[in-house]
Amino acid sequence: MLQELLQYLFSGITNGAIYGVIAVGFSMLYSSTELINFAHGEFVMLGALGLVSLWGGLGIPLPVAFLLVVIGVAVVGFLFERLAIRTVRKPNPIVLVIITVGASIFLRGIGMLTWGKDAYSVPPFSDHDPIDLAGAKLLSQSIWIVGIALFFVILLHLFFKKTLTGKAMIACAISKKAAWLTGIPSERMVLLAFFLSTGMGAVAGIIIAPITMCSYDMGTMLGLKGFCAAMLGGLGSLWGSILGGFILGILESLGVGFFSSSMKDAIAFFLLLLILYVRPGGIIMAKDIKRF
Amino acid sequence: MAIKGVSLSVAQGELVSLIGANGAGKSTLLQAICGLLSRWKGEVLFQNVPIKGIDPPGIVRKGISMVPEGRLIFPPLSVMDNLKLGAYTMYRRKQHHQIAQDLEMVMTLFPVLKERIHQPAGTLSGGEQQMLAIGRSLMARPQLLLLDEPSMGLAPLLVDKILKTLVDLRENGLTILLVEQNATAALKIADRGYVLETGRMVLQGTAADLLADEEVKRAYLGKDYEQFYEGLNS
Repeated sequence: MLQELLQYLFSGITNGAIYGVIAVGFSMLYSSTELINFAHGEFVMLGALGLVSLWGGLGIPLPVAFLLVVIGVAVVGFLFERLAIRTVRKPNPIVLVIITVGASIFLRGIGMLTWGKDAYSVPPFSDHDPIDLAGAKLLSQSIWIVGIALFFVILLHLFFKKTLTGKAMIACAISKKAAWLTGIPSERMVLLAFFLSTGMGAVAGIIIAPITMCSYDMGTMLGLKGFCAAMLGGLGSLWGSILGGFILGILESLGVGFFSSSMKDAIAFFLLLLILYVRPGGIIMAKDIKRF
Repeated sequence: MAIKGVSLSVAQGELVSLIGANGAGKSTLLQAICGLLSRWKGEVLFQNVPIKGIDPPGIVRKGISMVPEGRLIFPPLSVMDNLKLGAYTMYRRKQHHQIAQDLEMVMTLFPVLKERIHQPAGTLSGGEQQMLAIGRSLMARPQLLLLDEPSMGLAPLLVDKILKTLVDLRENGLTILLVEQNATAALKIADRGYVLETGRMVLQGTAADLLADEEVKRAYLGKDYEQFYEGLNS
C-alpha cells in the first residue's frame, strides 16, 4: 500500500511539475496582457517535437538542443505576438482569445505538416537506473523533470524580484498607463512576456518528451491541464501556478491509481469547475491576482 | 472632455498653474502633452521641437515627466522599486551615477520615503503616496514636471508641504506645470496662471493678477456672492 502510494506520488509530482511549468506560461502572459493564450499547449508541442528533431534526429548534444529549441519556440511566440496579436485593430479580449484559438489550430497544422501524424519518443536525459525508495521506483527522468522545472521557476522568480526589467514587467501588469508614464515601453514588455511564456512552454515540452509519445496533437490536452493548474493555484501567481500544477498532478495520479485510469482527464476538469465555484481567485488568492 | 482653441506656454524655470473646475479639460490637456491622447488636432512644442505623436515613454525620454492624477504608484512594489522604475529611462542610458544622486535628492526632499524605503508602496498614507509619485517622476530627471491634481484628497497641511516642495524644485531650476482645482493654493505658489473653463481658456495672467481678479475669486477661490454684495471682500 505504501509502496503503491509512493509510486503514485512520484508520478504525480513528475506530471505536476510539467503542469506547473505550463501553468506558469499561462500565468505570466495573463499577468502582463490579461490574455489567456489557448495556443500555449501548441508551444509545448513545438518544444517536444523540436527536441525530437534536434536531439533525436540530428544528434545535436542535449544541452545545445535544449537551448536551441527553447529559443526557437520563444521566437515563434515572439512572431505570434507581432503578426497575430499586435496587428489587431480593436484588441478587445474576446477577439484576442479567439485569435489564440485560431493560432492553436494553425500551429497544430504546421506541426502535422512538419512531423506527420506519427508519434515519436526520445530516450531519457540520462540512463541512470531508477532509484528504489521503499519499493517504489523513482525514474531518473522524473528527477530531471522536477529539477529543471524548479530551476526555471526559480530563475523566473529571481528575474521578477531582482532585475529592473522584471519589475518593469510587473509594473506594466499593475497599470499599463502608470508604467507608460514612468517611461517603461509597455509594448516591449508584452513582447517579452510572450517570449518568456512560450519559452516556458517549450521547456515543458522538452522535459516531458522522454516520458510520453510526442505527436502534433499532444499540445491541446497538456495546454488545458496547464490552464487548469493555473486556475487552481491562482492565475497570475508564479508560485500559485506551480502549486496548482503539483496538486493537479498528484490528484490525477492518485485518482488513476486508486480508482480508474479513465478518470485521469476528468479529474482536471472536475477540479477546474470546483475551484471556479468555490474560490475563483485560485488557492493563492492575492488581493490583486493580476500580478506575480 | 473636448477642449478647443486652447493655447498655453510655460517658459523655462517657470511655475505655471492651470486651474479650472472639474471637467474643464485640465487633465485632457496634460494627457495630450504627455502622449496619452491619440487623434487630436494641434501641436505641442518642447524646447521648440514638436513632440506630438510621441508615445509616453518617448516623452519621458525627452525630459517631460508627469505625476498623474490619482498618483498611480505601483502598490505591491516597494518604495525603492517604485523610485527605481521612475529612473527606468536613466537605467537604459546607463546613467547609474546620476540615479544614485537623484535617489539621494528625493530622500532629502521627502525624508519619510527613506524611512519606508522597503515597505510596499500600497501601505503608505495618501500624502506619502503623493510624495512617492512626485519622487518617482523626478527620478527620470525631467526638465518639465507636469502635476495633475497633486493636492487631491490630502489634508491641508500635507497640501502645503507638497506645494512647498514644488516651490523648492522650481528654485532649483525645474520648470513646472501644475494642474489644480485648489485654485488659491495653486496660484499662491505660481508665477503665472491660466483658467480653463469647459474646454476654453477664459483667463490668463500673472498669478497675483488672477488672485485679485473678481471673476476668479467668485468662481474658484471660494468667496461667495454675499461677500461681494456687501463689499466685505476688499
